[in-house]
Amino acid sequence: MASSYELRCRECGKRYENAPLSICDECFSPLEVFCDLDAARGSFTREAIAAGPSSMWRYQALLPVPDSYVPATPAGWTPLLKAPRLAERIGAKNLYIKNDAVCLPTLSFKDRVVAVALANAQIFGFDTVGCSSTGNLANAVAAQAARLGLKAYILVPADLEPAKILNTQVYGANLVRIDGNYDHVNRLCSQIADRYSWGFVNVNLRPYYAEGSKTVGFEIAEQLGWRLPDNVVVPMAGGSLITKIRKAFKELIALGLVEEKEVRFFGAQATGCSPIATAVKTGADHIEPQRPSTIARSLAIGNPADGVYATRCIRESGGWAEDVSDVEIVSAIQELAETEGIFTETAGGVTTAVTARLYAHGRIKPDELTVTCITGNGLKTTDALAGAYEEHAAVRPRLSDFEAYIDQLTEEPELVLGGAHVR
Amino acid sequence: MSVRVLLPNAFQKHTNGTKEIKSEANNLPALITEIETSFPALKTHLRDESGQVRRFINFYVNEEDIRFLGNDAYSFKDGDEVLVIPSIAGGCSPHGRTRFAQTLQTCTCCSYCGLENCTCD
Repeated sequence: MASSYELRCRECGKRYENAPLSICDECFSPLEVFCDLDAARGSFTREAIAAGPSSMWRYQALLPVPDSYVPATPAGWTPLLKAPRLAERIGAKNLYIKNDAVCLPTLSFKDRVVAVALANAQIFGFDTVGCSSTGNLANAVAAQAARLGLKAYILVPADLEPAKILNTQVYGANLVRIDGNYDHVNRLCSQIADRYSWGFVNVNLRPYYAEGSKTVGFEIAEQLGWRLPDNVVVPMAGGSLITKIRKAFKELIALGLVEEKEVRFFGAQATGCSPIATAVKTGADHIEPQRPSTIARSLAIGNPADGVYATRCIRESGGWAEDVSDVEIVSAIQELAETEGIFTETAGGVTTAVTARLYAHGRIKPDELTVTCITGNGLKTTDALAGAYEEHAAVRPRLSDFEAYIDQLTEEPELVLGGAHVR
Repeated sequence: MSVRVLLPNAFQKHTNGTKEIKSEANNLPALITEIETSFPALKTHLRDESGQVRRFINFYVNEEDIRFLGNDAYSFKDGDEVLVIPSIAGGCSPHGRTRFAQTLQTCTCCSYCGLENCTCD
C-alpha cells in the first residue's frame, strides 16, 4: 500500500504537504506527486501485484491514496493485444495494442485518472467535483462521482460530440456547455477553482489525477511478462499520459520489477492541433499554442498543460512525434476495426495513423516490440464515420434474393474491399 | 485608458491578498513592470534566473491568449480585461497534512522528464 507521497514543484523542487494544489507558489510551475519508492519496495512486488485485484488498483502501492483506501470502481486492467493483422498492413512484425477502448466504467483511459482524483477529492473533503473536458473526462467524472455520491459540475466546449454529452448527463452531472474551445473552458475552470471550494480533477487535483495514468505503463510491463517494450506510441492532448507512462517504467526499473531499458516514446497528434508534435519536430523547448481545428476533439488542446514535459520525454527517450490529417484519422479508425476488431474513437485513429507513419518512415523498425495505446471507444465519436458506409436496399427474406444480392456484391468487388471478404 | 487585471490565487501570497488591479499600461511588458513595481515581493517569483517571465505564466486578453494577438506588440484597449493564469491550473489553500516520511528518497528518477540529476538512469 502507498505508505507515503507528497507534492513537489517540477521546476524548483519545493515540497508541499498533500493538498488540492497544482501550482508552486514560488515559481508558479506545476506540481507533481512524488511517491516514496523505498517505502513501497516491500509491498510493490510481482507476487503482491499478482495477488491484487484485476483492476488498476493492483498497483495501489504506487498510487497517491492512503493504505486504507478501498476503491469503489475497478477501472483499468485492460487487454494488451498482439495485433498481427494491423502489423501486416503497416509493415510491423511485433506490434501490440493497449486497448483502453474497453476501460471501465466509461470506455476510456480517463477512468484511471478520475479514480485517483476522486479518491483524493474525498480525502480532502470535497462534496462537489468538476472538470474541464473534451468529453472522455466528462464521462468518467460524471460516472464515478455518481458512484461516490459526489455532486459534479462538468464544463465542456459547446460543440462536443452528442454521445459524449449524453454520456455525461445520464449520470446526473451538471453539464455546462461553454461557448468556446477546450482552452477557453480550461482557463475558466482555473478561475472557478480559485473561487469555489470544488475539487476540479484536472485543475487543483491535477497532480493526483495525473498519477492514475501510470497504471497504463504498469499494465503494459506486467502484461508483457514484466519486461518493457522497445517503443510506445501514445496520443497527446495535454501531454500528461506519455510522461506518466515513462514515469511508470522508471519506477518499475527503480524497484527492480523489470530490467533497465530506455524505451523510446512516440507522440501522436492531429495536424489540426499539433502543438507538441510541432515542438518536437522543430526542436523548440517551448510550446506555441494553436487554435485547434480537427475532428479529433478529444485531442484538441491548443495550449497543452504538460506539453513541455511531453516534448522533453520524447526527445530524451530518442523517440519522435508525428501528426496526421482528419482523412487519415478516419481511415485509421476503419483499418484498426477491420484488422483487429477494435473500434476506437478519433484519438485512436490518430494513434493508429501515426503508428503506421512511424513504420513507413523507418522511425520504428519492424521487429521492435512496439505498443500503441488506444485510449477511447469509437461508440463515442460515431459522427466521425457519418457517410462512410453506403446503406443498401433491404433484401427480401428469400434465399433467391439473398443469392442475387451476393452475386451483385461479387460483381462489384469494390463494395466489399476492406470489409468482409465474401467469396 | 485603463485595463482590469485579474491575478490568480497563486500570486496572492506575494500581493498581500490583492486579486485585481487597474492598470494604465499600454502593453504587456509595461503591465508586467507595473505589477512588479506595485508588488516587489512578486518580482523574483515572476521571472527566472535570466530575467525572463517564467514560461508557465500565461496572459489572456478578453478570453484570447495574448500570443494570438501579437504578444508584447499588442496594445491594450480601454476596458480590456487581462487574465493572468500560472500554468493552466489553479489551487486551493493547502490544508492537508503530509504523510511523507522524514527521510526522503534521494532518487528523483520518477520525475516525468528524466531530470539530469536522476540517480536511477
